[in-house]
Amino acid sequence: MSSETKQILTTDGIPLEVSLKKAEKKNKIKAFLLVAPLLLFLVITYVLPIGEMFSRSIDDKMITNMLPKTFKEMETWDGKELPPEEVFAGFYYDYKALVEKQEHGKLGQRLNKEKNGFNSTTKRLFRNIKRKKIDESISIKEQMIKVHPNWNKVEYWQAIKRTAPPYTLAKYLKGMDMYYAPDGSVAQVDEDRRIHRILWLRTLEIAFFVTLFCFLMGYPIAHLLATLPMKYSNLLMICVLLPFWTSLLVRTASWMILLQQQGIVNDFFVMIGLVADDSRPEMMYNKVGTYVAMTQILLPFMVLPLYSVMKTISPSLMRAGKSLGGTPFVAFWKVYFPLTIPGIGAGCLLVFILAIGYYITPALVGGASGTLISNQIAFHMKQTLDWSFASAMGLMLLSGVLVIYWIYNKLVGVDNIKLG
Amino acid sequence: MSKNPEFVKFDKVDKSYDGKVLVVKDLQLDIAEGEFITMLGPSGSGKTTCLMMLAGFETPTNGEILLDGNIISNIPPHKRGIGMVFQNYALFPHMTVYENLAFPLRVRKVEKDEIDKKVDKALSMVSLNGFESRMPAQLSGGQQQRVAVARALVFDPAVVLMDEPLGALDKNLRESMQYEIKHIHESIGVTVVYVTHDQSEALTMSNRIAVFNDGKVQQLSDPAELYEKPVNSFVAEFIGENNTFNGEVADIDKDKCKVKLANSEILANPISVKSKGEKTTVSLRPERALINPTDKMDNMFTGKIEEVIYHGDHTRVRLNLLGSSEFILKVPNSTSNLELKVSEDINIGWNSVDARALDPK
Repeated sequence: MSSETKQILTTDGIPLEVSLKKAEKKNKIKAFLLVAPLLLFLVITYVLPIGEMFSRSIDDKMITNMLPKTFKEMETWDGKELPPEEVFAGFYYDYKALVEKQEHGKLGQRLNKEKNGFNSTTKRLFRNIKRKKIDESISIKEQMIKVHPNWNKVEYWQAIKRTAPPYTLAKYLKGMDMYYAPDGSVAQVDEDRRIHRILWLRTLEIAFFVTLFCFLMGYPIAHLLATLPMKYSNLLMICVLLPFWTSLLVRTASWMILLQQQGIVNDFFVMIGLVADDSRPEMMYNKVGTYVAMTQILLPFMVLPLYSVMKTISPSLMRAGKSLGGTPFVAFWKVYFPLTIPGIGAGCLLVFILAIGYYITPALVGGASGTLISNQIAFHMKQTLDWSFASAMGLMLLSGVLVIYWIYNKLVGVDNIKLG
Repeated sequence: MSKNPEFVKFDKVDKSYDGKVLVVKDLQLDIAEGEFITMLGPSGSGKTTCLMMLAGFETPTNGEILLDGNIISNIPPHKRGIGMVFQNYALFPHMTVYENLAFPLRVRKVEKDEIDKKVDKALSMVSLNGFESRMPAQLSGGQQQRVAVARALVFDPAVVLMDEPLGALDKNLRESMQYEIKHIHESIGVTVVYVTHDQSEALTMSNRIAVFNDGKVQQLSDPAELYEKPVNSFVAEFIGENNTFNGEVADIDKDKCKVKLANSEILANPISVKSKGEKTTVSLRPERALINPTDKMDNMFTGKIEEVIYHGDHTRVRLNLLGSSEFILKVPNSTSNLELKVSEDINIGWNSVDARALDPK
């Protein structure tokens, strides 16, 4: 077929593709200008902050900037034995410059995190510099070792070298309860201090179960919504949406009223004799509270995508399934259910992703055993002011969500999602 | 095997959805085994409700439905063994053509080899071999319709119900599918209950037609009789074209009656009028009135041509006759056709036996 490969020309002899592009160009520019404000908004409010978060989470430039000469000399040092004279001299001049700018204290603190004892070691050097006891015309190495014997230990120099790169993954390791050991390898923190890993697992567990509960409760509701006559389904829809119109804080607070030990639910249990008055179960400030409150708050996010998918399934399909001899269950399982999978996927993904980053509700009703990783992030943002660690954990959460999204895409296919 | 004349029986069936209005009123209908019966009627006449009651998706408010002598009102749809073709095909969109056809066999736990054989046979019946692995969305409307028919037949049901199955197809396809369904019915001899509001479809396909209106069967008869001998003015109006005259019976004997119109009198065939003075609507098919009739006809009048519309195989002529300007004539086109010109006067005649005096509208 030669005619297919031949370039097609318009009546004026211009190649068709060129002509088409020219004709479409104006529309494309118009379309782009229309979305440009949103694009700009997204870049400013989304891409830039995430980039900033990322750079903050791996930033370790402070020492790199403080000790430029040292690190330059260290490039040729193999790091196994005590460094040569030039490295000592480099550190000395760097440190002297810091002393003049009165920034030496920060360096000592930062290095002390890397290796205990650094603070006192550098302080002694500081005093000697202040008193001008170091003679710059003879070997600085020998004089420094005389000032403090630690300078004669290779571990201390190794610790400095470790801080050389301007970027570090230490915050990420900390988020997974790991750290850089003195020899540069990655080590686990002691078992009784591994708090973050428990939090990650708990976050996943709570998000998973909240998604499951939402699915189990939302599916029948959505089905009812999609099949009821209009006048009833509108009322039910309002009931589903009502939580949306109430402040999140108010809803969470009302759960506190309901669930506390002297609360309405417990009173009811005591009244019907389910539990004794002196052994009222704790339903708040633990996981139970988080489950109950989060399931209720996230339920609409499950119902709405399911509803929008179910609304499009013709009732005649179920009838066809039954008339062809399928029992109501078979007709549901083989015909109706597979057709709702896009809605299930969308609902579950939505609820899971929202749940994994939930903050307010677990903070208020979660207590100690019901808090999530976001609460830890908030803690570091507000209490310890370790923003780079908070950024690192935030990014880990984000990448976790992306991984889940990727797995979901592999299993179900994102083009199968139907949000409405 | 002798055919059971009461294979499906509606016995005094009433149906109401809200307890106030009867959608189906005292339905009495017998359907013979192997018959192709059509329920024809305007929308809202209760025909689809009847079908849904037979399929088991609606319960009769009163009365019983019998299938082969057994009362089926308490049997759920999936145990009735009735095939159904739905209005919008209702093919399962997530299954291939093969899986769609295998569904009724799989739920009946038929062996795999047997399923393959039956699916193949059903597909060849609708000439769709080789489409097994297609998804319904990859088929044209006509092909989807054929898959739906094949699926309703693949498990050899005793009765197949069709709920306006050709409504979504274009005109040419609809006509060819009508013949196809008719031929399938003739070749396998299954009982078919067909619902439509399209009278030409009903006339083409059915052994018998039940005309529904207002929840009642107005007439149940074969297509020719339904067209030629409508028993009331609704049927006459609904099936085919119709010229009507409203008047009063002036004189009546055994097979003729004189009907007094506003300013003239015509002779008619008394169908539902019994006595003098009754109001009546006389119905006359357009093709039964002739221009310049040669043989003696007992109704002869002169009318003025108001409009001439060329229709290819025939010409429609609208006349002002007997005080009504809506009188329609159908004239077959032939070379000897006389020139019809607007505002000319022509002579019209018809036999009183074709002018049926029915109940007043």
